[in-house]
Amino acid sequence: MKLLFDRIDEPGLCTREVYERRGGYESLRRALALTPDGVLKQLEASGLRGRGGAGFQMGKKVSFLPQGSMDKYLVCNADESEPGTFKDRELMQKSPHMLIEGIVIASYAAGANRAFIYIRGEYVLQADILDAALVEARAAGYVSEDILGSGHSLSLVVHRGAGAYICGEETGLLDSLEGKRGNPRLKPPFPANQGLYQGPTLINNVETLSTVPTIIRMGGAEYAKLGVETSTGTKLVSVSGHVQRPGNYEIELGIPSREIIYGLAGGPPEGREVKCWFPGGSSSPVLTGEDLDIPYDFDSLAKAGTMLGSGAIIVVDDSTPILDVALKVAKFYRHESCGKCTPCREGTNWTVKMLERIDAGEATPMDIEIMTSVQEHIIGNCLCVLGDAMAMPIGSMIAKFREEFEEHIETARSALSYV
Amino acid sequence: MVARMSDTSPRVRGWDAASDLEKDPAVVPNPATTSVPAELRATIEEAMTRYPDPRSAAIPALHAAQEVHGWCSPEAIEQVACVMALTPAYLDSVATFYDMLETTPVGRHSVYVCTNISCSLRGADALYEAIRAAAGEAPELNVRSFECLGACDIAPMASIDGVYVGPLTTDDVPQLLKDIRAGQDVLPEKQLARRPCADPKAIG
Repeated sequence: MKLLFDRIDEPGLCTREVYERRGGYESLRRALALTPDGVLKQLEASGLRGRGGAGFQMGKKVSFLPQGSMDKYLVCNADESEPGTFKDRELMQKSPHMLIEGIVIASYAAGANRAFIYIRGEYVLQADILDAALVEARAAGYVSEDILGSGHSLSLVVHRGAGAYICGEETGLLDSLEGKRGNPRLKPPFPANQGLYQGPTLINNVETLSTVPTIIRMGGAEYAKLGVETSTGTKLVSVSGHVQRPGNYEIELGIPSREIIYGLAGGPPEGREVKCWFPGGSSSPVLTGEDLDIPYDFDSLAKAGTMLGSGAIIVVDDSTPILDVALKVAKFYRHESCGKCTPCREGTNWTVKMLERIDAGEATPMDIEIMTSVQEHIIGNCLCVLGDAMAMPIGSMIAKFREEFEEHIETARSALSYV
Repeated sequence: MVARMSDTSPRVRGWDAASDLEKDPAVVPNPATTSVPAELRATIEEAMTRYPDPRSAAIPALHAAQEVHGWCSPEAIEQVACVMALTPAYLDSVATFYDMLETTPVGRHSVYVCTNISCSLRGADALYEAIRAAAGEAPELNVRSFECLGACDIAPMASIDGVYVGPLTTDDVPQLLKDIRAGQDVLPEKQLARRPCADPKAIG
């Protein structure tokens, strides 16, 4: 079943002409014929959970915005920076009008009159395509004052970031959008009450918002029949690493993970086995080759001690030492830590140093205990989850590949001539 | 003495650098005495109109100034500060936070090589070393190893002045550098823009 990827490669789909020929912006007309509350009901009935990482119910998020005539904002999080994730890129590049239509409908439901797409600065091509699509959407009166005579007005701006993973964290994103360093804020207050410019703000991921036109077209209840009970609908999955056909695939939530890794992406190269895999970006605790039959949905993965996250599967085969994986992951979070909270700033740095020590043959088995304890002391002790995002996968690697770490310590130590 | 923690989070860049205590703190530059290129001024002013709070234009403005000056030089920062009526220190704090804003002079052409996990599993570290070696000390190139660029489907990959190319092998490096130097379209057949979706059923 292809909803988001339905004929995604059709030439010219990024233009309004082709998008409209395929029924584009019909959902917007249909939504505007309903009351904002009516649209909200459809979103709630769909059971759509956020596709950015946290998996929070979108309808519920919209309903958290206070009623009233204050300035409300909608921010589309297009700062796709979770390692292994590249699905939003494909959507924005190939079907930008679907995202714009979703934003207009969501802004109507939320009563927001100003919207922003915060796109990571590295996505130059995609931002240019969005800008061009936005010009067309404005000219057609889809993003304007009094949209199609409904009385709802919206202005939309494509805002380009400048390279910082932390700006994908919603409050870091808001500070960055306000022209500051992208440091996360203390929550509460949550963005639904005090977000951008201190106003109520709805923040959703590109894929979440791009799904909204489909929900309006199908009806929320019909959409909810797809997938499994608590994970409805289809999901874009970015598969990368040691697989034969890396890329984005649209799947119905709840299918066995094996079907994605082997069936769609072709599995590891000939003669290799899956050693471990990240089910939801590099922030998710790793699973092993024995976990391939876990259904790919939010709750099944949570039950397995990990998370669906952004839907990015990174496969590592048995040719790669686990230490290399851990070191890459830890170095990334050290680089991206904003430096505000000590457990994250120092914890990521210490972890990198301990891993380097292991590799250099200067560690003792005690370092594994210390490293484990550092991870435990990061989790839950910072303003945002960037530190946790390192601590969880590193902790899981130590738990699942402890023997290999110990072996690495011994081998590296005995390789040193002075021992 | 070597700065002990120079390898910590780059987002607190310069925290251990000495400051010049003799110097007066810089205030918002005087528009009467600060010259700003007309085109840059127009770009920044246009960006400021897009937001309820003009300060939101800080990143677009710094991007624009970097285009003109090649990096966020003290002069570039001063010009942005003048148009936006902010202090240079404020803009410096913003510029030092983001990877794409350069706070030291760099080559004109940016070559970001993704060396994060997915690209690294497919040979990105060797690719990065090969590009570095081939580029040598070329003053026009800004070769950097970069965090995940969101194109793991074409791993290992690089972003050349914003154009994504991949999958690259070390054999592609000479042609890649030749194309950059000649100001041509870089490895056209390897550009992400031309790549179809991997999902076999997405073609319809």
